[in-house]
Amino acid sequence: MRTIRFLLRKEYRQIFRDRVMVAQIFMVPIIQMLVLANAATFSVRSVQLWVVDDDRSSVSRAIVDRLTASGRFVLAGSSASMAEADDALLDRRAGLILHLPARLERELVRTRRGEIQMIFNAEDGAAAGIASAYAQRIVAGYGAELAAELRPAVGAIGAASDAPRAAGGSLDLRLRGWYNPELDYRDFMVPGILVVLVTIVGSMLTAVNIAREKELGTLDQLNVTPVTKTQFIAGKLIPLWSIGLVELGVGLAFAHAVFGVPVRGSLWLVFGAAAMYLVVALGIGLLVSAMVDTQQQAMFVIYFILIVYLLMSGLFTPVRSMPVWAQWVSAFTPVQHFVTVMRSVLLKGGGVGDVWRELLVLAGYGVVVFWVAVRQYRKRVA
Amino acid sequence: MSAPAAGGDAVIVRDVAKSFGETHALRGVSLAVAPGELFGFIGPDGAGKTTLFRILTTLMLPDAGSARVLGFDVERDLWAIRARVGYMPGRFSLYPDLTVEENLRFFAAVFGTTIAEGRAVIEPIWRQIAPFASRRADALSGGMKQKLALCCALVHRPDILFLDEPTTGVDAVSRREFWEILAELRAGGLTTLVSTPYMDEASQCDRVALIHEGRILAIAPPDALGAGFGQALVAVRGADRFALLKLLREHSDTLAVYPFGAELHLTSRRPAAERDAAARDVAAWLAARGHPDAVVAPIEPGIEDTFMARMSGAAGEAAA
Repeated sequence: MRTIRFLLRKEYRQIFRDRVMVAQIFMVPIIQMLVLANAATFSVRSVQLWVVDDDRSSVSRAIVDRLTASGRFVLAGSSASMAEADDALLDRRAGLILHLPARLERELVRTRRGEIQMIFNAEDGAAAGIASAYAQRIVAGYGAELAAELRPAVGAIGAASDAPRAAGGSLDLRLRGWYNPELDYRDFMVPGILVVLVTIVGSMLTAVNIAREKELGTLDQLNVTPVTKTQFIAGKLIPLWSIGLVELGVGLAFAHAVFGVPVRGSLWLVFGAAAMYLVVALGIGLLVSAMVDTQQQAMFVIYFILIVYLLMSGLFTPVRSMPVWAQWVSAFTPVQHFVTVMRSVLLKGGGVGDVWRELLVLAGYGVVVFWVAVRQYRKRVA
Repeated sequence: MSAPAAGGDAVIVRDVAKSFGETHALRGVSLAVAPGELFGFIGPDGAGKTTLFRILTTLMLPDAGSARVLGFDVERDLWAIRARVGYMPGRFSLYPDLTVEENLRFFAAVFGTTIAEGRAVIEPIWRQIAPFASRRADALSGGMKQKLALCCALVHRPDILFLDEPTTGVDAVSRREFWEILAELRAGGLTTLVSTPYMDEASQCDRVALIHEGRILAIAPPDALGAGFGQALVAVRGADRFALLKLLREHSDTLAVYPFGAELHLTSRRPAAERDAAARDVAAWLAARGHPDAVVAPIEPGIEDTFMARMSGAAGEAAA
């Protein structure tokens, strides 16, 4: 025990003497939170709208007004010809062309049907899909209003695509998103970003820290002492484990205070799961450090593992939309399970009863990874 | 038998071999070091010195052969050995971000002791680095770093000390001071194994082993190494060293000729007793071939000459 105490003291001293490291511990969670929560959002804002209004009626103007008033669309320009609009779409001055054909209003009154055309730049398919959904909803909403006003003269106005003719129909669909009622992507992203943070701190710091001792030759020096493998590993991992938990605390406090991310469940459960998850992350770091000789190698290997893990984790893309084999891979990444726990506890107020399966997987994963890593770490070369 | 044999050798190495893939680092090394001896390993880079030290300090397992340190087997009794040896690896390997005192205290602590308890052993060295006690280790000069590393290897009062190239990359003054410290430690009865690529340091040892390409060429006290040199040796000094080197290779008495500092050393086929005659012959021979200015003198072989001669197989097995 006395030896471990000395190892711990040395480790903490080295960590806190390293200004860059201390800055990282406190600044990285905050910066990451600010950058990712604002940049890595799925909401689409400020789509550049290009209008070709051949009708110039009150209806056509009202549709443009509705779109721009939503805040999702910004009027980028207008032209009399479609050719000019195509050019604007091509060189990215426009993200959406709204074509309002001549006699739109008249047709609407006469036949109760009007057709308008929207052309999206779908280079980024996801963004285009979201923007088109917004536009359809806005146009359909206006159509419903119009129908109520002019009934029975006007039936409905709909987008040229198969937009739901909710308006004026007999079926009234009301959507409500639970746990995240405003569909705030920040609430959805932040727990995931905290997981990324803890993962990076856990595996990257561990692998690099031990690889550094190898590089310095201090590992050799330490190996020719009565320090046992267990003592060495405990001396290394306890500090990094505690730093991981502190990072999570800093990040979560910041997210709660600044972004108002809810903490509906028990903090004990959040940190308990993090403590278990960190064992996995540290074990991966330890395993990598046993395989490499330099800090650079350690970083490359960890990057590779983390990228696979994070992409497979369901953090950025829903697991259910992956191919079946990828869903299986995903089930084997510990990241996904911890993300599930975090979202469940923070956003839904889930308790142990709701996440026991994930906790069990994390615990099992921790035991296996740690066991392999400790076995891999040798005090001498055969 | 895991208990140390009283009065036995401090280190016994028997036919130890170690390969890394195609590279044979050690090809069957055997030797014995007596307690209290200051034993040197002399050899160029890549001779196998570090590998042998790593095996003796239990960092590496030999492929074949066996070794005992303080009577303990390096494979089975590693914990007994680790508690009793002091090891200073070739590279400076202390924590650069800890201070001198923190490093020393840390290495004392991992051996379950304190600086105060080790004070008596490290005192002569500690005196020299104490003024820098609160300086970070990475801010020390090369010589100071080596002294700190030696302190850290000594603070737990080891029974045997392994120093792997402790003076490589250290300035001449620090090197001399370092060897003075080793002499003091020897006076205190500490068994020390030290490796070095510098031939001139061998004379400070009780015995040296010449090691080359994983084999031990000779083990002898430093002065006896030269004595075992059976051939006449002459030094040649001239204006165009390269032309002389090429020319001397053609001389009928030449066994080996190699640059040595500003001179050339020539090992003759003639016995050591005839070295004056050999020198006169070479001088006359060179004068006849357009090098009348060449200065040729008979010399006593140094360790480096012995080493060169043994590497080229010129000097029998007399000193083995």
